[in-house]
Amino acid sequence: MIEMNNVYKKYPNGVVAANGITVDIRQGEFVYVVGPSGAGKSTFIKLMYREEKPTSGDVIINGTNLTKLKNNQVPFLRRQLGVVFQDFKLLPRLTVYENVAFALEVIEEHPKQIRKRVMDVLELVGLKHKVRMLPSELSGGEQQRVSIARSIVNMPKVVIADEPTGNLDPETSWEIMNIFEEINTMGTTIVMATHNREIVNTIRKRVIAIEGGLIVRDVNGGDYGYEG
Amino acid sequence: MSVMLTEVTTVMRGRTIQRHFRESLKSLTRNGWMTFASISAVTVTLLLVGVFAIIMMNLNKVADDIENDVEIRVLIDIIENQDEAKTAESKLQKEIKSLKGVETVVYSSKEDELDLLIKDFGEDLSLFEQSNPLHNVLYVKAANPQETAKIAEKIKKLDNTYDVIYGEGKVEKLFSFLNTSRNVGLVLILGLLFTAIFLISNTIRITIIARRDEIEIMKLVGATNSFVRIPFVLEGAWLGILGSVIPMTFVTIAYYNIHKIIAPKLKGELLQLLDISPLIYQVNALILLLGLFIGVWGSFMSVRKFLKI
Repeated sequence: MIEMNNVYKKYPNGVVAANGITVDIRQGEFVYVVGPSGAGKSTFIKLMYREEKPTSGDVIINGTNLTKLKNNQVPFLRRQLGVVFQDFKLLPRLTVYENVAFALEVIEEHPKQIRKRVMDVLELVGLKHKVRMLPSELSGGEQQRVSIARSIVNMPKVVIADEPTGNLDPETSWEIMNIFEEINTMGTTIVMATHNREIVNTIRKRVIAIEGGLIVRDVNGGDYGYEG
Repeated sequence: MSVMLTEVTTVMRGRTIQRHFRESLKSLTRNGWMTFASISAVTVTLLLVGVFAIIMMNLNKVADDIENDVEIRVLIDIIENQDEAKTAESKLQKEIKSLKGVETVVYSSKEDELDLLIKDFGEDLSLFEQSNPLHNVLYVKAANPQETAKIAEKIKKLDNTYDVIYGEGKVEKLFSFLNTSRNVGLVLILGLLFTAIFLISNTIRITIIARRDEIEIMKLVGATNSFVRIPFVLEGAWLGILGSVIPMTFVTIAYYNIHKIIAPKLKGELLQLLDISPLIYQVNALILLLGLFIGVWGSFMSVRKFLKI
């Protein structure tokens, strides 16, 4: 599903954020990516949705080698992925419904399909009753749920989340994790970078620890492994 | 694993086009002042382009008319003996005809010449009918009027030519005047063109910055590059089209009125204004196309520079 072979990434400013990463994530897995700040977690995540291109090595998603992927094909890769961020990235002027529908509109999905899919995923994240509200009228957890709904509305095989609970209080974080688990049980691969020790240690999944641009630990059902 | 990366060429659907139009129009109203400034810049530019084009096209016509009127008058030596004169004249006529670049040679006897003078200056000259002091004349026209001077020089060297007269210098002066004014106008218009393009690209840049988040999300969820770009290019096109409305109206009304006033006064003269009908359509098309070009080009520059996709 997700394969990296000896991936090396050096930024123009000289920082080496991936120093020979090799990893294999299979369809349906749930993977935490942990590690100290600046260790290369975000780069690891960005390489997967082709926000960054590796300096050398191969990144293969769903059979497509991203290293060789032409720029004009990136949109079609992105349609197979869902991405969730710490800061939700919702459009403030659009309602909950419109924010989720936006993801289907810009890939020119049929309007009838859009309506059905949007309502389905909003139900899944438990926000069907708030479709007409603006993001500013929602709590942080609800906003993140909208953002998750948007990421899965296209039925991607992989959802990539970069610190999805970073801005949320512990209780809300658990709600979000429940949704991710539910999505995962439906067969979607989840890759989630996180600093949340409690979540990693409670909901046991595969843990990949990155330090200095290298995978230093890769354990199924492992713990967070860092203090704090 | 089979991947759906092959459907790169999606046909743009009707509602997508609608969406692009809606978005681009929304932007226009959102950046009110920048939109106004851009349209004004385009308007001023195109106004000048239009006026300039009409003047230049009319001047060109005048130049053409004058050019076509340029002919060489070859005064033939007066030979007393009638027979000798005839042979000499026909020989000269043949020689001139064989010169390269000569289109027509028309003979006019001294009697014909006198008639012409009488027509121009009145019956007083009829006195000369008794002893006509004029020369027989050959009127020579060059195929290319700009070669008139060269041909005249060659004719001078032939036998039995008393004098060779043509509008020496005048034609050249007219051409150099036309060229200078054309160049000055072009430089001016180019300057304005760049200003307008610059202003439009700035407007589009502001639109792009204002919608950065939206663009980021669009790219994230897999909108194609052209899908992201088209609304901005369309917005530029609107700016260009809106900027050409006033110039087109002005030029049309102005030329229509000028033509109405001036054309009757020029009746029968050598100089004539160009007719309204093809000219005004041509100039309007020029204005509209140029406006469109300015708008699309201006937004393209910004899209390329600020829309990192």
